[in-house]
Amino acid sequence: MSEGIVVQGLWKRFGSFDAVKDVGFEAEDGKITALLGPSGSGKSTVLRMIAGLERPDAGRIWVGGEEQTGKSVQERRFGFVFQHYALFRHMTVSRNVAFGLSVRKESKAVQRSRVNELLELVGLAPFASRYPDQLSGGQRQRVALARALAPQPRLLLLDEPFGALDARVRQELRRWLDDLHRELGVTSLLVTHDQDEALELANEVVVMHQGRVEQIGTADEVYNRPVTAFVAGFVGATNIVNGHVSGGRLRLADGEPTDAGHLSEGEKAQAYVRSHDVRLTSAAENGAVSATVERITNMGWTSKIHLRLADGQVLLAQLPNEEVDWIRPGAQVFAGLRDPKVFSAASAEDAAKDSRPAEVSDAVVVPSREATPQAP
Amino acid sequence: MSATAERTPRLSAGTRRRLVHGGLITVTFAYVGVLVVAPLIGIAVAALKPGLSAWRTVFDDPFARHAYVLTGYITAEALLVTTVMGVVVSLVLSRDRFPGKAVVSALVDLPLAVSPVVVGLAAVLLFGLGGWFEPWFAARDIQILFAVPSMVLVTIFISIPFVIREVAPLLQELGAEEEQAARTLGASQLQTFFRITLPNIRWGLLYGIALSTARAIGEVGAVLIVSGTIAGQTETSTLYILRAFDEGQDTSGYVVALTLAMVSIVMLFGIEFFRRRQDKGHSA
Repeated sequence: MSEGIVVQGLWKRFGSFDAVKDVGFEAEDGKITALLGPSGSGKSTVLRMIAGLERPDAGRIWVGGEEQTGKSVQERRFGFVFQHYALFRHMTVSRNVAFGLSVRKESKAVQRSRVNELLELVGLAPFASRYPDQLSGGQRQRVALARALAPQPRLLLLDEPFGALDARVRQELRRWLDDLHRELGVTSLLVTHDQDEALELANEVVVMHQGRVEQIGTADEVYNRPVTAFVAGFVGATNIVNGHVSGGRLRLADGEPTDAGHLSEGEKAQAYVRSHDVRLTSAAENGAVSATVERITNMGWTSKIHLRLADGQVLLAQLPNEEVDWIRPGAQVFAGLRDPKVFSAASAEDAAKDSRPAEVSDAVVVPSREATPQAP
Repeated sequence: MSATAERTPRLSAGTRRRLVHGGLITVTFAYVGVLVVAPLIGIAVAALKPGLSAWRTVFDDPFARHAYVLTGYITAEALLVTTVMGVVVSLVLSRDRFPGKAVVSALVDLPLAVSPVVVGLAAVLLFGLGGWFEPWFAARDIQILFAVPSMVLVTIFISIPFVIREVAPLLQELGAEEEQAARTLGASQLQTFFRITLPNIRWGLLYGIALSTARAIGEVGAVLIVSGTIAGQTETSTLYILRAFDEGQDTSGYVVALTLAMVSIVMLFGIEFFRRRQDKGHSA
């Protein structure tokens, strides 16, 4: 059995709602594994069950080859970092960090040296005698991390640790956590709804959706070879376009941009494609669909180009400015789709619901019935 | 708009706002002053005017001394129960989900809604001759009614809500995350309670205790009914005051009344003072 984390057949029911359904995965020793999914996908509940903060209705949990299922939180002693820090507000930073040692009756000298060591590590030594409400969000989360690490846990559980921070601090802490992990090598499980965070930090990613595991794989596998429509939609793709299978190709508006041989003939299908994988040309290319440029938004060194296909569907392209300087609003262009993922519309139906990053929600959905041209 | 309206001199918006606010502040002061401060001053004047001899008379009176001791004893017993149970019930109400929670939560407030006299009568019905619990205690020769136990009991009843009403919302607002963090760091439930939960709720708890104390010290209606008012035995300070006025010893009544009022006032202001000082030290 693995030295890391092994989870088997985990179930959790809240009232009449199954929050976690038959979840199983393994996480490698000494690595960061991410549980990635939208809110309500059950990822935090899984983490809390591993910590012992929730009791599973079924399933088993091992860590380091030892079964944990029946143990109390206190016995498990896994480091846990909460989204909202959960620092002890009536204690100074150093007493916060020392807490895990003092409840274990470590000597004052041991406590002091370990606290100093950790505050040094997280770069907060000058703040030792401050109270949590005198620190910024990023500093608080670093204190929380130092506190969790102080008793040298063999497992670190991070529940949306950067979720309450603003974008710049989040970036900074992410890089910092990455460095810290390289230094300490403590087995970590990171819950996040942010795909960038998961892809950047984690060795392996467990994608969850509606209480179930959708895919387990490396960042590269999950990003480039999604096995379900949900994963394709949630991890990266910003466009979902509806079409149907015709002659082994995906028939989309007036083009046949990609192969769809794995689906049955005539079936309704959806193509998932990232905005930077949309290629725009002025002349018709093999399989490209025609589109009208509706709007161009300059994003700095890239531009977002809002396109409307011949059948009324919307497509969003995001490309470097120098590649699109010939494009003007109202122009007719041809759009090729690089590396789209094609799933049958039936399997994709529920995936689309909560997989969309908020930012691009305008680029999605035209009900497939209207969008799919009638077969000739 | 009519011409007359235009000609009417009008105050600027800022002036009107200031007038309204000034008016409301004046009303607030008048309201609190007349209803809270004035009676206190009245009692203080009445108790202090006759001079120290009146105070000596009271403190030399064995019945008065007994009444103080009894009030202290009953208050202490009631506080012990309402504090411990108040924290337990608050934890259950704020941390657990269970059927009937809303009912329990509403019942907690009941003592505030029921007249203490009714509470006293209920105690008489339960423990008096023919009451449900009377045979059980009678068989063991334990005197409840017209004795201290029933007085403690009704005092507990009427002071149940104060700790819970202060502490439960506080626990709710604090959330359980700090406690969970402590547990993941290896703290037992007891360690978590004493090192995390209790320090976080301490000011609310103290305030609830102070309110309970004030309520328990001042209780008269329920105690009047269950005690039998036997001077030197079941006569609390408030009952002593009643008897003093009955017997025309108004000054003794005022003296005891002032001491009781001072205890409550000092307690409430003391807690406020220490809380503020602590907060200031905290964020400096």
